[in-house]
Amino acid sequence: MRLSSGTIRMIIPAASLAVLLVAVFYMQPRAMSYTGLNLLFNLAVPIALATIAQMLIMAVNDLDLSMGTFVSFTACVTATFLQSSPALGVLILLGAVAAYALMGIVIYVRQLPSIVVTLGMSFVWGGLAVLMLPSPGGEAPGWARWLMTSKPPYVPMAIVASIVIAVLTHLLVMRSSFGVLIRGVGGNARSVERAGWSVVGVRAAAYGLAGFFGVLSGIALVGLTTAADANIALRYTLLSIAGVILGGGEFVGGRISPIGAVIGALTLTLAGSFLSFMRISPDWQIGAQGAILIVVLALRLLLNRLEKRENNR
Amino acid sequence: MTATRALFGKAWIWSFAATALVWIVTVLFTGGASSVGLSQAALTFAAFSVIVGIGQMFVITLGPGNIDLSVPANMTLSGTLALKLMDVQDGMILAGLLVSILIGIAIGVCNFALIKLLRIPPIIATLSMSFIVQSTAIWANRGLRIKPPETLASFSTAYTFGIPNVALVALLLSFVAWVLLEKTIYGRWIAAIGQSPFAARMAGIPVDGTRFVTYVLCAVLAAICGYLLASFSGGAALNMGAEYLLMSIAVVVIGGTAVAGGNSNVPGIWGASLFMFLVVSMLNTYGFGAGIRLILTGFIIIAVILAAGGKQATR
Repeated sequence: MRLSSGTIRMIIPAASLAVLLVAVFYMQPRAMSYTGLNLLFNLAVPIALATIAQMLIMAVNDLDLSMGTFVSFTACVTATFLQSSPALGVLILLGAVAAYALMGIVIYVRQLPSIVVTLGMSFVWGGLAVLMLPSPGGEAPGWARWLMTSKPPYVPMAIVASIVIAVLTHLLVMRSSFGVLIRGVGGNARSVERAGWSVVGVRAAAYGLAGFFGVLSGIALVGLTTAADANIALRYTLLSIAGVILGGGEFVGGRISPIGAVIGALTLTLAGSFLSFMRISPDWQIGAQGAILIVVLALRLLLNRLEKRENNR
Repeated sequence: MTATRALFGKAWIWSFAATALVWIVTVLFTGGASSVGLSQAALTFAAFSVIVGIGQMFVITLGPGNIDLSVPANMTLSGTLALKLMDVQDGMILAGLLVSILIGIAIGVCNFALIKLLRIPPIIATLSMSFIVQSTAIWANRGLRIKPPETLASFSTAYTFGIPNVALVALLLSFVAWVLLEKTIYGRWIAAIGQSPFAARMAGIPVDGTRFVTYVLCAVLAAICGYLLASFSGGAALNMGAEYLLMSIAVVVIGGTAVAGGNSNVPGIWGASLFMFLVVSMLNTYGFGAGIRLILTGFIIIAVILAAGGKQATR
C-alpha cells in the first residue's frame, strides 16, 4: 500500500499522541474512563481553537505573536460584557474580528512584518484586557458554561469538541475553494493574483477567520474556568505555534493541516498531564515539556527520511 | 546604490527621531527638572535591551525564520549560576563572567544542534531549548537570593562622566558588533546568507559554520546581559529575562533591521531601545494606568513601523 505524503504527515502527530496516551494509561489506569479522559483533555479545547487560529495566519506565511493576549482579551470580554449585556459583548467581539481582518489588510498593503505588527497588537489587547478586568474575576455566561461542561453519552465533551473542530476546519481549509485560496496565497501569492483573485481579500478573510477562532477559544476557556483574568492565556502564543508545527504544519508555503493542528494541541496538553503523572519534580516540568517537543520533532524527521527513502526506491 | 544607501540611513533615523520626540515631550511635562535623571535611567535600561538586541539582530539577519526565543531563559540561568558561583566574593567576578559566557556558548551550541541535526525550525528549537534552560534555572535558583559581589554591584550601578557604566559596556559591545558586521568578512557572510542562502552556498560561503557562530554569539550576548542585569538589580530572579523576549525582537525591528534578513543595523538598536524605555516612562509621567499604558505602547510600536515603512519584508 502506498501512502501519500499527506497521510505520512498525519501519521506522525497521531502516533505521538497515541504513544503519550498509552503511557498515561499505563501509569494511571484510572485515567482510562469517561471522567479521566475529560479531565485530561478539557483544557485542550481552547488551545486547539487558538492553534487553528494561529494555523490560519501561518497559512498565509505570517506569524501571530498576539494570539495569547488576544485570547486573554476575548476571555475577559466573555466573562464581563458577553455575560452582563450580551448584545454589547457580541458587538465588541465582532469588532475584534474586524480588527484582525484590518490587521491582515494593513500588513499586506504596507508590506509590514507581521511579527512586529502582532507584537504591537499584543500590547493593545493586553491593555484592553487589563482595563476590563484589572484583577481576576468576571463570570462565565451560562450557555458557555453549559456547553463546556455538558456530558454527552459515551464520549466526553472534550473529545467530541476536538473532533468537531478538526472535521469542520478540515472541510473549511482542505476541501473548500476558500481554503485552497488561503493556502494558495501562502504557497504563491503572485499566481493567485494572476488567476484573478484579490490577495488582499483572501488575506483579510484568513486573518478575520483567525480572529473568529481566537474569539471561540476565549469563550471556550471562560466556559471551563468560569472566570477570567487579563493574563489567563498568555502562554497560548507559543503553545499555538508549537501545536501547528507538531501537527505537521510549516512556517511558509501554505503547508498546513487542521487535523494535525488539533492533534498537536491535544499532544501538548497531554504532555503536561503525563509529566504530573510521572511525578517529575515541578522544577523540571517545563524542561520535560521542551524535551517531549524535541523528541516528537525528531521522530518526525526520522519518518520524513523513511518516506523519502520509500519515494526514491 | 545611493538609493539603497538613503534607505539604509532612513531606517535607523526614524527610531532616533521618535526617541528625541518622546524625550522632549516627557521633559516638557516635568518642566525640564528630570532631563538628566531621565536620560541616565534611559541609558541604563536601554543598555540591557541593546545587548540582547544585538544578538537577536545577528540571528534575524540570517533570514526568514531565524530567531532566538531562548534569550530570557538564558539570561536567567546565566545570572543565577554566575551569582551562585561568585557567592559575594569580589575575587570571583571574572570567574563568574567566564561561567556566564560558557553557559551562553553551551546554550548556543545546543540551539544550533537542534536546528541543524533535527531540522527543527529555529523558533521551535530555541523555544524547546528555553524550556529546558528555564527548568535548570528554577532548579539552580533554589534557596536564598544571592547578592552580587560588592565591587560588581557598585560597578554596574555607578556612572563614569555621568554615563551609566552598563551603557558604556553596551556601547563597547555595540562597537564590536558594528565592526563585525560592517568591516569583517563574517558580517558580509551573514548578510549574504540572509539575502539568499542558496546564492550564499553557491558562492562558497560556509553557511552552516556562519549560522552556528551567529547562534552562539547571540546566546553569549544574552548570557552577558543576564550577568549584568543580575548584578545591577542586586540578585537573579526567575522572571528577570521575561520582558526581554519581546523587547529583543522589538528593538531589532523598530531599529530598522529588515525582518526578512540580510540587512542589519547597529545604531538603530540604540534608538529603538531608548525609545522603548522612554515611551513607558513618558506614559508613567503623564499618570496613565497600566491598561492605557499598554494600549498606547502597542499603538506607538505599530505607528513607528508604519512610519518607517515596509521594505521587501514578507513576514
